[in-house]
Amino acid sequence: MIVGLFNYWIVIILMMAGLYIVMSSGHLVKKIIGLNVFQTSVFIFFISMGTVDGGTAPILKDGFTVFSNPLPHVLILTAIVVGVATTALGLAISVRVFEAYGTVEEDEITAIDRDNRKREISVSTVVTESAQKERDQ
Amino acid sequence: MLVATVFAIVKLDHLMTAVMLMGFFSLLSSCIFMILDAVDVAFTEAAVGAGASTIFILAALAIVGRTSKKKRREKTIVPLIIVTCTGAMLLYATLDMPYFGTPDAPVHTHVAPRYLLESGEEVGPPNIVTSVLASYRGYDTFGEAGVVFTAFIGVMILLGAGTRKSGLEREAPPNVKVESMRQKIVLREVADLLIAPVLVFALYVQWHGDFGPGGGFQAGVIFASAIILYALIYGIVPAQKILPPRKLAYFPGIGLLLYALVGVVAMFKGGNFLAYGALMADPHDGQHYGILAIELGIGITVAAVMINIFFSLSERSL
Repeated sequence: MIVGLFNYWIVIILMMAGLYIVMSSGHLVKKIIGLNVFQTSVFIFFISMGTVDGGTAPILKDGFTVFSNPLPHVLILTAIVVGVATTALGLAISVRVFEAYGTVEEDEITAIDRDNRKREISVSTVVTESAQKERDQ
Repeated sequence: MLVATVFAIVKLDHLMTAVMLMGFFSLLSSCIFMILDAVDVAFTEAAVGAGASTIFILAALAIVGRTSKKKRREKTIVPLIIVTCTGAMLLYATLDMPYFGTPDAPVHTHVAPRYLLESGEEVGPPNIVTSVLASYRGYDTFGEAGVVFTAFIGVMILLGAGTRKSGLEREAPPNVKVESMRQKIVLREVADLLIAPVLVFALYVQWHGDFGPGGGFQAGVIFASAIILYALIYGIVPAQKILPPRKLAYFPGIGLLLYALVGVVAMFKGGNFLAYGALMADPHDGQHYGILAIELGIGITVAAVMINIFFSLSERSL
């Protein structure tokens, strides 16, 4: 009973650790690392489901009759490559964020955004006030 | 061991170490895939996870800085609660799962038997993963190659390839880090030894994918990692002299078009899109050459995308 589900439990622990990194860390690159961990745990989950007792790798050869399920393998194989492409996209975004803000810490970015918005609001109120004054004159 | 590695990643604020551990984590998981009979997947994970993605993240870290800040207290507790709750629910859900390795689990009873029993007759290659990937699920794989291509376009737009001068044209001051890498004799000799065999091995994986584990995706990544290794040791400028980024940028498109072309030719020959059986008089030959052609397309796309991304990420940090 315990042995039967052991793989899935490990997967869940890994998955949750990845999720925890994503949520708790403010650093964008570390979030991407967390996503990667999460992703890998899903891969392990799929591959575990595809395994058959006493099976072998799904390559046809004389003398072997039991194979593990090739379908999850195909799915995961492509998912890994797509995963690295999306990772690169995420990294590219964080590089751009860094160039725009000078930081990749989430809370600092939000703080800068809030400052900017305040400044914009104050600028716009100044503009409207001066416009009103002109109209009054 | 996996769990221990992950907890170390969670704890670490020093990102450099965390990335290294992530590479280690990938390597471990590829060993697990190997044990679970998924040789193709193990192959890909080892090449991608432990190689390419680790290097990409390192390149990004070189730009954005290496340490993350200590978290505040309240920011760690809320996620912890959420994670524990989700984890508990998922654990409860696993109680309904069929046990690991049971042959009559739902996964194994739907389409898998057909792939296992008839792919040898219908498609040909002994490696069932290749037949499923390239023939039965040719559409999906075309989509995946498209996703990789789209991600490449995204990275190029974000990092502005083409608008900036490439490292070759720019008169950059000699990069100190790269210079010192070149002077490390051990590293350089090992790299010299490795690069050529790695390239040959990539070609082997490319053309031998229908008999043993391997195929376009793996070959592309392995090829790219050889080039990346060269760029790491000798500096990015010599690497770009060999593969000018401007020309390299065409290759992801060429690969994808080759894939699509195979499909279209099959249509003209009277089959469905990507039905290779129609390509030649003998359906088996058609399948064989069709699969080889699209694997080549995938290989070109993946390799070019990886090298391009590496160039554009590392150019930023110069």
